[in-house]
Amino acid sequence: MKVKILFFIISFSFSGHLFSDDSQTKLLEIYKNLRCLVCQGQSIADSNSDFAATIKLVVQDQVQEGKTKDEIYSFLISKYGEWIVYQPTLSKNNFLLWILPYVVFFLGGFLIFFISRKNKQNKTN
Amino acid sequence: MLSNIGISLVVLVLILSFLIIYTASIDLKISGQNIKGKIYKLSLYQITFTILSFFTLIIGFINSDFSLINVYENSHTTKPLFYKIAGTWGNHEGSLLLWVNILVIFSYLFLVFNYTHDKKFRLYTLIFQNILILGFLIFLLINSNPFNSIYPIPVEGLGLNPILQDPALAIHPPLLYVGFVGCSIYFSAAMASLLSGYDGKLFARSIKTWVKISWCFQTLGIIVGSIWAYYELGWGGFWFWDPVENASLLPWFAITALMHSLLVLEKRNTLYFWVIILCLSTFILSVTGTFLVRSGILNSVHTFASDPSRGIYILFFLSIMILSSLTIFFLKYKKENYNFTLKSRETFILVNNWFMVFFLVTVLIGMLYPIFLDVLTNVKISVGPPFFNIVIIPLVVPFMVLMAIGPKFGWVKSKDKIFYKVLFLILGAIVINLFIIYFFGTYSLLSNLIFIAAIFLILHSFLDIKKFIKNKRNTELARIISHLGFGLLVFFIGINHQFSLEEDFNLKVGETKKTYNYKINFNNIKIKENKNYKAVIGNFKLTNLNNNLVQYLNPEIRIYSNPETLTYEAAIKTKITSDLYLTMSNVSRSDYYNIKFQNKPFMVWIWISALMIALGGFIQLSFKKNEN
Amino acid sequence: MKISITKIIIFSAVIFVLIIFWQGLKKDKNYDTKSLIGSKISNFNLMEINNVDQYISEEDLKKNKYTLINFFASWCAPCRIEHEYLLNLSNKYQQIKIIGINFKDKKNNANSFLKELGNPYDFVGKDADGKISILFGIYGIPESILVNDELTVIKKIVGPINQIQFEDILKITK
Repeated sequence: MKVKILFFIISFSFSGHLFSDDSQTKLLEIYKNLRCLVCQGQSIADSNSDFAATIKLVVQDQVQEGKTKDEIYSFLISKYGEWIVYQPTLSKNNFLLWILPYVVFFLGGFLIFFISRKNKQNKTN
Repeated sequence: MLSNIGISLVVLVLILSFLIIYTASIDLKISGQNIKGKIYKLSLYQITFTILSFFTLIIGFINSDFSLINVYENSHTTKPLFYKIAGTWGNHEGSLLLWVNILVIFSYLFLVFNYTHDKKFRLYTLIFQNILILGFLIFLLINSNPFNSIYPIPVEGLGLNPILQDPALAIHPPLLYVGFVGCSIYFSAAMASLLSGYDGKLFARSIKTWVKISWCFQTLGIIVGSIWAYYELGWGGFWFWDPVENASLLPWFAITALMHSLLVLEKRNTLYFWVIILCLSTFILSVTGTFLVRSGILNSVHTFASDPSRGIYILFFLSIMILSSLTIFFLKYKKENYNFTLKSRETFILVNNWFMVFFLVTVLIGMLYPIFLDVLTNVKISVGPPFFNIVIIPLVVPFMVLMAIGPKFGWVKSKDKIFYKVLFLILGAIVINLFIIYFFGTYSLLSNLIFIAAIFLILHSFLDIKKFIKNKRNTELARIISHLGFGLLVFFIGINHQFSLEEDFNLKVGETKKTYNYKINFNNIKIKENKNYKAVIGNFKLTNLNNNLVQYLNPEIRIYSNPETLTYEAAIKTKITSDLYLTMSNVSRSDYYNIKFQNKPFMVWIWISALMIALGGFIQLSFKKNEN
Repeated sequence: MKISITKIIIFSAVIFVLIIFWQGLKKDKNYDTKSLIGSKISNFNLMEINNVDQYISEEDLKKNKYTLINFFASWCAPCRIEHEYLLNLSNKYQQIKIIGINFKDKKNNANSFLKELGNPYDFVGKDADGKISILFGIYGIPESILVNDELTVIKKIVGPINQIQFEDILKITK
């Protein structure tokens, strides 16, 4: 069974995507994280608007200058506000946003743990 | 005339709802196990008139009867017939009528099919369901009436949004509504169960089928929506964590958790109050989702034309639902005894619920946080795909591992032999993962874990299939297929995400671009006049430089006249091994066209795996007669 | 029903969420960059549209008590509508200097536009590819920013200047 799976995978390996263009990948990643201000819920990557085209040019320039992703995001946030990035920053405002899901996760874990602990105790009693 | 017929029918249904609530309340006090025949009759009238009202609206669309404002605003004489019909539910008012229909249909079916169950329980369910029906009908009549008329009668309609003229999108809302709205019946049943003190096992049996039906349709509805988004919206993606998508996902997590918990409740008569909470939460989440999407409080690609007055009403309705269900729950809650050990199936089902709640809460927080922040501090932020992906994906890893080994455990307690099998399969998964790295290229640690966990789940499922063929234990097949589908889905999404090739560039007619291992020739532009749009068609020749395979792709820019819209149609060549994806848009005031090229490996397998998940659910439904 | 602290907390939380929803309905979901008011503009070098040797930068703007920076284009219809207000501002008030930035346009078209409608600008800058607009936080045409001598943004007008905004500018710059 496992041999069949391996054969399946190997036979599809002739598609030639072994080398990726790093700067394109970086650009596209940035485009996908930026929000188009004149569109109804689209990223710069997906939008065909004029604004998106302009932003793409600016991002391309900055990537060529060697700026990091965070520097580019900070620049655009300083010009347009935090709304323009899809990934919320780790600021005082957004701290709760990132923490709460994990708090809920751990609370749930404790609950299950306590329930099964209580059963063990009930059983030994 | 249709307007009067429609409104009369709706008012009749309203009156019938009142009557049903009234007669059911009286019948509650009468002992015995037979529900009064009158109630059945009233329900029959109710479902008849409701369906008739929906047909009335459909007829209005088919005939392009512009005396109805709804038809005028959302249709056009030149629309193809199929889309005229689909236009019925492709707008806010029409979809609300569909909601009412499903509420009534489920109400009737529950009444009729659950004849073996306790009378009080069934009557209370009927009462609560009809209170819900009343709430929606009043909303419809006061605020969103599809039968409002207009005079003088316009000669032509304003047309249907061209993006909605697609077969997948035509069936997507009805599928989803069976899910979204179908869960109303077990909301009502949960309230009824609390009030009548119904037995847990029997309660589980009464709602089991309805939970499965709503799950299947919700799953299918979400998948169809994603397939549509991929083929129609022209960005090459299928999930954007957009508010409307999230709104459909929230109930899905709850229904999945509920479906699993029902197994425990039915078999072991425990987790009753948790199941009740899930039943109540699912429909509450549906209505919350509706509120978020239709009130205009959130910004989204898919919102219906939004209207704050709608928002106020839905919020009011939602508040009553939440506060009343919470009150009744607190009134009737009693502490439960759980007697199962750590290494038992019950625990693993609780673990499934734990993860489902986590995913649910994450999506909910992601959706609501910007609203809260804006109201409390006047700061506007965006919470998009990166947030959801970063928080959720790492936890999908342990989730899949647990999904594989959970079903191996028996009820109450289990033996330890499982451990060695698990170890063996994890090693197998690691080996396969290494093969993928060897042939395709390396990726991040997280991706490694995702692949290993997904392959682990897949291998487990294959072994289960082998065992199933030997033993033919029917009850396991559905679970195996769904879990296998899930593993494959994550696997192929991972492959697709890791190894997709994408490039965004500008090109003039006649130019060539080399990207990755493809050469793209922009041959020419053709203009074609269609029935209700003008198409600017780009002809592109793509040559795969590895094997010299040539393919032609023709993305389009469509200019619609009624209403005036611009859409971008992607050219997609779907193959078993990969999809080639090309979109074209013109750069304003220039000869250049902005081209987005994508090569997406195994894209079609994502749909196949997702459909497999739904298939498992449908298999479960078809087996219901064999189970006992 | 036993009244326990858990129940009170849960009820309060639910009511809190519902109130937030209710308040959220009143908020404008469309984003504009009004929050940028109070921030400073900096780091720019604008080339004059007809004269490649002439530049203007932040130092030059600091010499003005108030500067109105207006992004316009010859192909932009609403720009024609607001043009009369710009002319008004340039004629009457020496407190405000008006800088026009020609956005994604051709020099000849811009010159014809100004010849036809009048030139209210003390300096016309060139932004052929639109990148300069991003430095100013612009996302639509026409759009205007009013800054003081410290280059702090005092007012942002997205879309054509209308009567109310015109009077507001007069009030601020008196």
